[in-house]
Amino acid sequence: VLGWRVAASVAWSVLLLPLCTAAFISISSIDLLHPIQWISNSFNDWYTSYAIFCMLLLSVVILIISIFNVEFYAVVPSIPCSRLALLGKIIHPRQVIHSAVHAIMGMLVAWCAAVMTKGKFQFLAVPCTASESLDGAVQHMCLNEYHLFLLLSGAFMGYSYSLLYLVNNMNYLPFPIIQQYKYLRFRRSLPALVKHSCVESLYLVRNVCVAYYFFGYIPRAWISATTDLHADSKLHPLDTLTGLLDLSLLYHTWLCGIFLLITWHIAWLLFKIYATEAHHFPVQPTFTEETDQCLPKILNSNPPLIIKFLALQDLMLLSQYSPVRRQEVFSLSQPGGHPHNWTAISKECLNLFRDLTQKLIMQQEAAATNGRVKQPSAGEPPQAAVSEEMSFQAQRSNVSRAHMPSLVKSSLLPLKTLSTSDLGSSFGSPFSSPALNRQAGILDLNSPWHGSVQSPHVMRRGPKLWTSSSDLQMNGSHQESFPVISVARVGNEAIQPSFIYTWLQNKQEQVRSFLSKRVLIMYFFSKHPEASIQAIFSDTQMHIWALEGLSRLVAASFTEDRFGVVQTTLPAILNTLLTLQEVVDKHFKLPHASSKPPRTSGSLMDTSYKTLRFALRASLKTAIYRITTTFGEHLNAVQVSAEHKKRLQQFLEFKE
Amino acid sequence: MSQCMARCGNVWAAQRDCRRRGGRSPVDEKRLALGVGSVPVGLLSPRLPVSPFVPLQRGHDRRVLPGCGLVSSLQRGSAGAGCSIRAFAWHPHTSKFAVALLDDSIRVYNSSRSPRSLRGSPQADKALLKRRLSQRILKCCRLSPSPAASPGRTSVPAAARSCPVTAGPGPQGAPGTALTQTSATVPILKHRLQRSVAALAWKPLCASILAVACQSCVLVWHLDPTSLSTRPSSGCAQVLAHPGHSPVTSLAWAPSGEMLLSASPVDTAMLVWDVSTENCVPLQWFGGGGVTYLAWSPDGSRVLAATPSAVFRVWEAQMWTCERWPTIKGRCQTGCWSPDGSRLLFTVQGESVIYSLSFSEYSGELQGQVGGSKTASIVADLSETGFETLYGEERIGGEVHSMAWDPSGERLAAVIRGSPEAAESRTIVAVFRTRNSPVFELLPCGFLQGEPGAQPQLLAFHPCFKKGALLTVCWSTGRISHVPFFFVSAQFPGLSPRHSPVAALSSSASVREQPLFSEL
Repeated sequence: VLGWRVAASVAWSVLLLPLCTAAFISISSIDLLHPIQWISNSFNDWYTSYAIFCMLLLSVVILIISIFNVEFYAVVPSIPCSRLALLGKIIHPRQVIHSAVHAIMGMLVAWCAAVMTKGKFQFLAVPCTASESLDGAVQHMCLNEYHLFLLLSGAFMGYSYSLLYLVNNMNYLPFPIIQQYKYLRFRRSLPALVKHSCVESLYLVRNVCVAYYFFGYIPRAWISATTDLHADSKLHPLDTLTGLLDLSLLYHTWLCGIFLLITWHIAWLLFKIYATEAHHFPVQPTFTEETDQCLPKILNSNPPLIIKFLALQDLMLLSQYSPVRRQEVFSLSQPGGHPHNWTAISKECLNLFRDLTQKLIMQQEAAATNGRVKQPSAGEPPQAAVSEEMSFQAQRSNVSRAHMPSLVKSSLLPLKTLSTSDLGSSFGSPFSSPALNRQAGILDLNSPWHGSVQSPHVMRRGPKLWTSSSDLQMNGSHQESFPVISVARVGNEAIQPSFIYTWLQNKQEQVRSFLSKRVLIMYFFSKHPEASIQAIFSDTQMHIWALEGLSRLVAASFTEDRFGVVQTTLPAILNTLLTLQEVVDKHFKLPHASSKPPRTSGSLMDTSYKTLRFALRASLKTAIYRITTTFGEHLNAVQVSAEHKKRLQQFLEFKE
Repeated sequence: MSQCMARCGNVWAAQRDCRRRGGRSPVDEKRLALGVGSVPVGLLSPRLPVSPFVPLQRGHDRRVLPGCGLVSSLQRGSAGAGCSIRAFAWHPHTSKFAVALLDDSIRVYNSSRSPRSLRGSPQADKALLKRRLSQRILKCCRLSPSPAASPGRTSVPAAARSCPVTAGPGPQGAPGTALTQTSATVPILKHRLQRSVAALAWKPLCASILAVACQSCVLVWHLDPTSLSTRPSSGCAQVLAHPGHSPVTSLAWAPSGEMLLSASPVDTAMLVWDVSTENCVPLQWFGGGGVTYLAWSPDGSRVLAATPSAVFRVWEAQMWTCERWPTIKGRCQTGCWSPDGSRLLFTVQGESVIYSLSFSEYSGELQGQVGGSKTASIVADLSETGFETLYGEERIGGEVHSMAWDPSGERLAAVIRGSPEAAESRTIVAVFRTRNSPVFELLPCGFLQGEPGAQPQLLAFHPCFKKGALLTVCWSTGRISHVPFFFVSAQFPGLSPRHSPVAALSSSASVREQPLFSEL
């Protein structure tokens, strides 16, 4: 699915390139005094061999940029919880490669722009204006500093783009709130894109000037040394104020920045639009070889996250708009008469909700028992053996289970309680550094004694945990050696996760407690509460779709379900939804949870992931109301616990 | 030009023919009058306190409100001078409504008992109502003498002859007597940004989230239904603002409650809001200006957007494409959707007819097609006609300013404004009986008029009135009256009607009406 979409988006962005280039050429050689000459000149310029060569080069650049877009996209935004985490992300090798390639690409674009602009920017080496040999036989070549400036600014802009890409979470693919045709979406966001690029470019030009003012002599000297070109003595060097205040230079740099940003942003935007387009998954396979592509199968398997997102989105759409496909969901399998489709879909949705409930409960645990769990870990003797470690973890899980409110009945917590709560508590507890998280995750995945307890469900959770903690894994350049070593060791000695592991852990604790006394370190380490809340809800878009899809399906089943397949799962659905509702309500009572982050309206960057938790709360309520208003009094006949019955009654009376 | 101008006869004439033939003449007025005895008191008693009104009205005469020119000229009900109520909205699931007053405060009235529980004690209700009626000045509004109420057939009790419901107390009515049945707290919503309120809308499938269209933004109030506070803090309000999108005059929630549409007559873009994340998507088109009126069809598939020019658009709510409908004369004044979303009735400024536009049945994935029929047809001609009544001849008819269709699809109310030249013609509410399937039918069934001098401004039907339909009319005097229509709906009587379109289709075959409540 994704391959074709990527290809289409790349093709379109390459096709749009000549347009941008033509516009750039015309605007860069603008001459208001002679409009006709200007237009005819720019028409001629479009067909020069330079322009065509540049176009080819730029296509390659766009291709590479698109490849990076595809490689780096994520449907779940990664939110750095502290400043150090952000710093760690920047020096992550992946990001370094990203930045370096973008810088080179930026330089290429700037070179193309310089060549297409002509005039004094065209070549790196120009004949000196004041050639000493007046006879002109030997023309000295001098360094064209304007050209160099343009190239450097291109590199700088490429690097800045890469940084902003990271900081603004531009790799996050936000799904649109309404379905629209791709052309309309593109047209809608084009003005915002152009405006954003212009403003952004202005800022970048300013930064480039400042940087060049201070450090400009380094590359100039280096170039002069390597290519044996000398700066023109008659001209002002550009790293002086007078040199930099050259309007035409600034204008062309700005234009070059706009050109770069627009072409790259268009590639990015097209990729985003194509990737988030709704995809139609068949509910029932028409041929046997298509079985892997039908909706229930995909939901239950473990595809790449974007496929899962698309499947859930499609579930939401089909439950809303397509009676025919709803009918397929409610249908029975031909031999046997089992409602496989419905069972698969509802099971997966309920699992999602349960996972979220677990996660939220753990997080609340962590908030409630802040500092209480810390004592035993600090007091633990360093020579703790494996058994102790085991018992410690078991004890922790016991603690958290004891703290679990009564609403989580044992029916909701099947066998997997132990292992998931281990994961969760180490994930959410305050003393666990990200590195520890990672270790815990690896331990859980690799170590045999855990693997035996894990249900396949938890195994599936594994990768998810990995991705969410990998955002944090660079947390702490000071500690970088620790996780690396321990990961290696744990990987090697999986049979006896040993001594060294626990020893390292304790050492790490000591280092942490030591470091936390320093103010500067605290500045880097202090968790931003808003960010950590956002991090919990970062993948909630999935849950929102599942909620909408499931509730609409249940509501539609009131009239459309001929075989009564939904009735059997209705109590479970209600139970899960109400439990989740309770937990979410409780979560919003925590400090910081209900405060809104400042909203930036009208910008190109999507920041909807910051408020996903509010969307979850709203759609959860709507989902329950949808079920209660459809079923009305009939819900009294559904078997739910007394507590939930009371809750349901409140929903029936619109008192919630 | 896409409408066919198939003139059908004047409806009034059709009505007279019907009576002459002795056929089934609609006698709804009688039923309406007789039904008074068991109007759920819990529904009646929410009313406006009289005190804030007197100074307000006076104030309005003197000053010119900021921005009142544009906004009020486009407001649905503002029929000229005395616009003392700016907006009115029923909650889609409960007996709760919000009223925006002239000073831009919003009051939320809540009946203490749900209509469901009212079935239990008709006796008590009746007694209470009798007491109330005797305390009132009963001549506040008389039913207009309409053809159906011919002298030969009426034996209407004298008390019921008068206005069935008085929502506001009479000038000397003791305030507070009827308040016993409402819940004591009437939250008053005020906010710094809440200026020149033009529309209110409750979020469906939600207990109490109220969207308010203001001068500069859309305010979304999150009210706690169990809270007892009378002045919710402005922290409960969420501000949705978008540059260039003001003044906001119309709002529409998706019936499924996920999205909010807001529109302004100045801004050419219509905004689709995801309220919880405060994200918006502008839906832009070119030409035609802004949007003056929005109506989302009850099944959620289509949206009517009227523009200030002689064009209106029907959007399809899945892929958000639109169909453009030019009208002949003026802008589209108002429109309403049938419960299953397959038929749109609309009126045009400068023409005294009701048009109907039918859409293909919403089945499967339309994938971006609105699916409207090729032409709109005229279903009712409301041009001015004289009626011989007991009180002399009255002339009624003219442009339709606002319409409301009840959720079961059986009653249609329309505010008909007489031509401004003729002094004796006046603004009146006409009620029609409608049937949507198998063929569309529209029969007149009566008129409603207020106190002398009072003009109807806003119309709304209670969204989940179980025993028929409950029409709420806001008058220019600041009164709000509830007019119940009791009939056995052909529709499946349970649940909320907007969520069972299938049932609505299957069972609306026989329309049999009986007076349910015959004595006071």
